Amino acid sequence: MRKVIMGNHALSYGAMLARSQVIAAYPITPQTQVVELLSEMCADGTLDAKFIKVESEHSAMAASLGASLAGARTFTATSAQGLALMHELLHWASGGRLPVVMGDINRAMAPGWSIWTDQNDSLSQRDTGWIQFYCASNQEVVDTVIQAFKVSEQLLIPSMVVLDAFALSHTYEVVEIPDQAKVDAYLPPFRPKYKLTTADPHAFFGLTAPEHYMELRYKLQKDMELVPGLVEETGREFEKAFGRRLGLIDAYRCDDADFLFVTSGTPGYTARVAVDDLRAEGVKAGNLRIILFRPFPFDAVRKALKKARKVAVLDRNLSYGHHGIFYQEVKSALYGHEGMPPVFGFVAGLGGRDITPGDFKEIYRSASATERPAEDIGWIGVKR
Amino acid sequence: MKKERTMKLTLPEEELMSPGHLACQGCGATMAMRYVLKALGPKTIVCIPACCWAVIDGPFPHSCLSVPIFHCAFEAAASTAAGVKAGLEITGDTETTVMAWAGDGGTFDIGIQALSGAAERNDDILYVCYDNEAYMNTGIQRSSATPYGAWTTTTPVKHFKNRPKKDIDAIMAAHRIPYLATASVAYPEDMFKKAKKAKETKGTRFLHIYAPCPSGWKSRPEDTVKLARLAVQTGIFPLYEIEDGERTTISIKVKERKPINDYLRLQGRFRHLKEQDIADMQAEVDRKNERLLKSC
Repeated sequence: MRKVIMGNHALSYGAMLARSQVIAAYPITPQTQVVELLSEMCADGTLDAKFIKVESEHSAMAASLGASLAGARTFTATSAQGLALMHELLHWASGGRLPVVMGDINRAMAPGWSIWTDQNDSLSQRDTGWIQFYCASNQEVVDTVIQAFKVSEQLLIPSMVVLDAFALSHTYEVVEIPDQAKVDAYLPPFRPKYKLTTADPHAFFGLTAPEHYMELRYKLQKDMELVPGLVEETGREFEKAFGRRLGLIDAYRCDDADFLFVTSGTPGYTARVAVDDLRAEGVKAGNLRIILFRPFPFDAVRKALKKARKVAVLDRNLSYGHHGIFYQEVKSALYGHEGMPPVFGFVAGLGGRDITPGDFKEIYRSASATERPAEDIGWIGVKR
Repeated sequence: MKKERTMKLTLPEEELMSPGHLACQGCGATMAMRYVLKALGPKTIVCIPACCWAVIDGPFPHSCLSVPIFHCAFEAAASTAAGVKAGLEITGDTETTVMAWAGDGGTFDIGIQALSGAAERNDDILYVCYDNEAYMNTGIQRSSATPYGAWTTTTPVKHFKNRPKKDIDAIMAAHRIPYLATASVAYPEDMFKKAKKAKETKGTRFLHIYAPCPSGWKSRPEDTVKLARLAVQTGIFPLYEIEDGERTTISIKVKERKPINDYLRLQGRFRHLKEQDIADMQAEVDRKNERLLKSC
């Protein structure tokens, strides 16, 4: 069934098709439609789930973790300040190996108050042990939520499905709503090996001495390392069932490209326009959109970038006192490997300022002017 | 033949808490857990935030309880429990009692938002606060449950706590939850009855249990029950129930209240108080008890 829906509703449909059993959420702009539609679905019986209308995002995540440890498939969604308020419990989710799936609408952090998009909210949660997917279309949002449950539940690691505020959250697109029976076949019910049950009582997450703690974290890392392979495997299965491939990266005209943009989220599609324009001018440009950010798909990124002569990373985020975060990550992926291209870093679109095909052309011109980057942050569109 | 004298047990024999725990000598919180679990039985899941009980239970992989535990975040006992209940119900377990078990810091202070949220929604959980009147697990720092006049490591004797204990029971009653009761480790049968009643009630239930802490109160471990009893007999911690936020019933009627000094003088945390301080505190306790009697 094809439907014209907004990005936020794409999250709701994903959660519904995955047969989420418990939803605990708190409203925040620009996430509200996600939970509004889910409330309606729960109220009219379209979705057989318990919806806990909590009094804060902190409680949203706490309740999600409680439900997940009780053995229920659990979904929530938030944005920016709400995600920051959950921070403590994001560690609890991954450390507790609770495969909650959460939608995050990328919104800039206050102050000043902003409801518009940038990635500093989710990237500030980089080290919490969550899998992070960055989506660029509403179709990808629906599909990724379903896939995220499959990946998370197999490895017992929570997932964040991230989409840009307004550019995606409030933008309507045609979406093929996956068939429920096919989703059920793709995503079996959640049956965790360990859960809270009086039939087999365990104490979870108690005081853990130095003797044991490190092994638990080692296991989390080892399982994190399995995520890229599993995303590819479940992405191929998804293609078999639904005809759409899900992967770690989205390489657009990369194969013969000399000049590669690296992007994430909706600017990844804006970049395609610039790539086509540059190609028309005779420049062999391409765009590598990173979908899976955590764990970082090192091999796939290296493979995609190694043949290029230059790489320009666009960051709609910033690690103050360092550089754009994707820029750091890409450089770290290439460091120490033979024959890798120079990497240029650009920061654009903070606080929801538009990123246009023209910006990508400016990036191309700027990076073409020098053999190696003269500075680590090329500021795009900043008024100085 | 000589007639054997036997004592009638007033509480079930079954123990859901084993003795190998990490509590201090004379810990009231430990007695509270033991009695409450006797009332709730094995079909119980416990959510314990940061508090003494996060340690008392024992380090991984040990646990002194034979029921499942979710050791949860400090401010999240009520919301975690609400999530557990929802998760159990949707997966077909409608029987198990889900209990949040938090100290006074996790209830009166950092956890009050989640607790208020759960109570307003009337989530089907039993919330128990074992109240030892300060942050005891971190080493005796004042909480909003610390009474007027008390010494703690953050309210030194030169600047003892000069604000009264927060009235958490009035706050919870104002949420009009179906059942609320105060209980004391000195009155196990009363606590047992209340925990049973709470178990059989639907919606948010709140038990506020007075649990003396010899380490923090600078009292003798063998005085724990005596102090808890004196707190009731002096009217410092009266025992009552409130149903639906409006019907108040006194559970242990005290005919003639003892002077609060009988209670204060057994504790190092009040040793610095002058006669006038004690007289002021006595007047406040008298007022509180009059208000309570009027509300019945």
